[in-house]
Amino acid sequence: MTRFFANANYDFIGVRKYAYALTALIIIPGLLLLAVTGLNYSIEFTGGTLVQVTTLTPQPLSAGDLRSALDAGGLRGAEIQSFGSDREYVVRARLTEVGAGTQEETQRTAQAVRSALTQRFGENSIRVDRQEAVSPKVGGELRQKALTAILLSFVGVLVYLAFRFEFRFGVAAVVATAHDIITTIAFIKYMNLEVSLTVVAAILTVVGYSLNDTIIIFDRTRENLHKYKRDDFGGILNRSINETLPRSVLTHATTIATTMSMLIFAGEVIRPWAWVMTFGVFTGTFSSIYIAGPILLWIERKWPGHEARGVKAHVAPASHRAALAPPAGA
Amino acid sequence: MLDSLKARFIVIGILIVLSIWSLWPRQVTTRLRGADGRMRDTTQQRVPIKQGLDLRGGMHLALEIDQSRGKVDNPGDAIDRALKVIRTRIDEFGVAEPLVQKVGTSRIVVELPGVSDPARAKQIALRTAFLEFQMTDKNNLFRSALPAIDRALAAAGVTERSVGSAARGDTTAAAPARSAVEDILGGRAVAAADTAKAGSVRRGPAQAERADTARADTLGNQLGQGPLSPLLFAGGMPGEYLVRDEMVVTVEAMLARPEAQRLMPRGFVTRWGAETMSRGAMPYRGLYILEERPIITGEYLTDAKARLDPIYNQSTVDFQLTRRGGRFFERETGQHVGDNMAIVLDKMVQSQPPVIRSAISDRGQIELGRASLQEAQDLALVLKAGSLPAPLMIVEERSVGPTLGRDSINKGILAGAVGIGLVIIIMLGYYRFAGILAVMALGLYVLFTFGGLAALGATLTLPGMAGFALSIGIAVDANVLIFERIREELAHGKSVRLAIDAGFRMAMNAIVDSNVSTILTAAFLFQFGTGPVKGFAVTLILGILASMVTAIFVTRTFFNLYVQRRPGLQTLSI
Repeated sequence: MTRFFANANYDFIGVRKYAYALTALIIIPGLLLLAVTGLNYSIEFTGGTLVQVTTLTPQPLSAGDLRSALDAGGLRGAEIQSFGSDREYVVRARLTEVGAGTQEETQRTAQAVRSALTQRFGENSIRVDRQEAVSPKVGGELRQKALTAILLSFVGVLVYLAFRFEFRFGVAAVVATAHDIITTIAFIKYMNLEVSLTVVAAILTVVGYSLNDTIIIFDRTRENLHKYKRDDFGGILNRSINETLPRSVLTHATTIATTMSMLIFAGEVIRPWAWVMTFGVFTGTFSSIYIAGPILLWIERKWPGHEARGVKAHVAPASHRAALAPPAGA
Repeated sequence: MLDSLKARFIVIGILIVLSIWSLWPRQVTTRLRGADGRMRDTTQQRVPIKQGLDLRGGMHLALEIDQSRGKVDNPGDAIDRALKVIRTRIDEFGVAEPLVQKVGTSRIVVELPGVSDPARAKQIALRTAFLEFQMTDKNNLFRSALPAIDRALAAAGVTERSVGSAARGDTTAAAPARSAVEDILGGRAVAAADTAKAGSVRRGPAQAERADTARADTLGNQLGQGPLSPLLFAGGMPGEYLVRDEMVVTVEAMLARPEAQRLMPRGFVTRWGAETMSRGAMPYRGLYILEERPIITGEYLTDAKARLDPIYNQSTVDFQLTRRGGRFFERETGQHVGDNMAIVLDKMVQSQPPVIRSAISDRGQIELGRASLQEAQDLALVLKAGSLPAPLMIVEERSVGPTLGRDSINKGILAGAVGIGLVIIIMLGYYRFAGILAVMALGLYVLFTFGGLAALGATLTLPGMAGFALSIGIAVDANVLIFERIREELAHGKSVRLAIDAGFRMAMNAIVDSNVSTILTAAFLFQFGTGPVKGFAVTLILGILASMVTAIFVTRTFFNLYVQRRPGLQTLSI
């Protein structure tokens, strides 16, 4: 039988100060950078135009060639980015001041990009693979919706956890989740990933995944609080984390396997999503151990629980609790 | 024990049959327009899971009523009528499985999978197609008013140059679309340079040259002195004037001035010709003075057909009016024999207004000049479907070419296969025998998820594929939780049978709680997302549900069967 981390007994809670330092090291420069330059929002949120082209000329065209063709067509200020290969490019024109651009302009820009490129390089040398034109109004709506979705999912999870565990567990889980969102945004900033709807979807999935992980540990904590009534809370948390460690390692391994294969093989369109998900697995694991647990400990020390040490009885019914063998370490 | 085992296998069997049944391809018959423009029943192999536009290629449009050029009275009603018109047009257009629906209160979403010519499809959806028949200014009232208009414009200090440069910034129907494009790209400097260039050409030698050509060509004399008259040349019929192509914007701006508007003959409007025409070497546009009241509009149209006129080699659209419209038309044209009637489509005059020779009843034709047969067919289509109650604009467009879509599918499948392969290797390497059970359960998981997608009629998008691959990684989590629990129980010295029992029971809480929270976030994602993101959320939710069923129920059944076959089991390969 192969067993990783069987009977592990690491002092996770004891080293939490170092963990805080590590996460601060990621978050603070990221947020400072963010305050200075802001996020790289996709045109879905800013409004604007995106045209993805593949060049079919015998010699690959450089971004400079495209640049000069667009300049000649009067499209200065459009940004050109190579997209996966030296034949694929994405041309973006954002509506910088919201409200300044009217709805038609995004349409016209898309047309102008097409005609500027075909005029310079010929009709059959450019293939348009993707075209998006979003008016600032729709962009504003999407921003609003994305924000609402994130906030609502917070509230929903808090309510569910308060119902299934106890309010303090919910608070700790939500703090851990907030931590994940902040580190993920810092990561997006470091990688200069484009924040699109798919990336927002990835952030929300990271939220779900991290919660999942936190709940597994909390579930064990809830159980252990009943089992070892006399142990101190920190010890119980540590024991719970250690007991679920094999599961964590294995599940993270399989999840990383899938997100990494998406990152490597699934192509440029989905790559930002795959980056965020891959990072999310790490930050989700980290926060479940080093943020959710210690926060719960802190709440417990500040406001000690009333009945049964603050745990609603929601473990297996008494009949099979009686059937449990006495734990080896107790 | 045996009975419950049998019952479990029956349930699993039913689930498998249901999944396969919903995934089984079947024949679907739809009415589609064939390549020859005729409607016919087409039987297609239905693909079990619909692919999103990002995989299949196609176009997504969101349309709203355009109020920028004048307020629309009842936008709520207009959008409903527009929806019907667009639906008819799109059905006629002949795309397989189009989607035309109202979203919210003021938006129409049009989805056209696999459409090969997005620009043409956009034209079809957006064209107002408002057809009017208007009589020209046969008494030349405008010409009589022209000297007064000239004087008024001159008194207001309007010159060709002052109006010309101001008009450049305008985005009127006839103006080129460039300035707006440059605006949003921050290329104002370019726009200014362009104007200057165009301006200098016009001011410099061009002025002399124009005077020359005006004398040299056959357009007749200038109509008078002042800012406006020198720009107009008398056309071939009363109420028709010719304007040099590059002066169209200037003339339009002058006519829009309040001084000119006040002096326009009452009950008349100005309309431009749809196409430029050449006289000598110069391109000209027709300017028509028409009676404001149309003698008939396109609402009486019942049928329209495009054809290529072999004699003049130009495309035309033949139309037919309703009986009532025909009577109406006959009476009106009967009163106007010998006059010219302009056919005005979306405020543009089509070809030169023909002379009415005798009363026309319910048939007529629109000549389209240089337009291709396909353009004529498209026009016939939109005329038949009816005009839009108000102009529409595109607020969102996404189109994906078929190449990118196919590429995405291939890459998505590769990534998914590699991901699944790795997960299988990890599970088998770590759990050995129990891993085999988990992998078998994973196979069923894939089947159930896709079966569920097909049963719900959900659309598979690229993020959806990513969500599916991710859910495979997560799907084994439930198995992992159970197996780890069983191992713990075994380590505590329990018998195999009891350990399996306890393992499943103890892991239950964690599985349910953790999965419900993931489903909650995915549900919120579904709520706010657009197409591709919705696909992601649906796949994730279905994947989690399927993983719970397979891990809790299917794997348990496998274990039960195994334990039952070996009553004296002492060890478990897990």
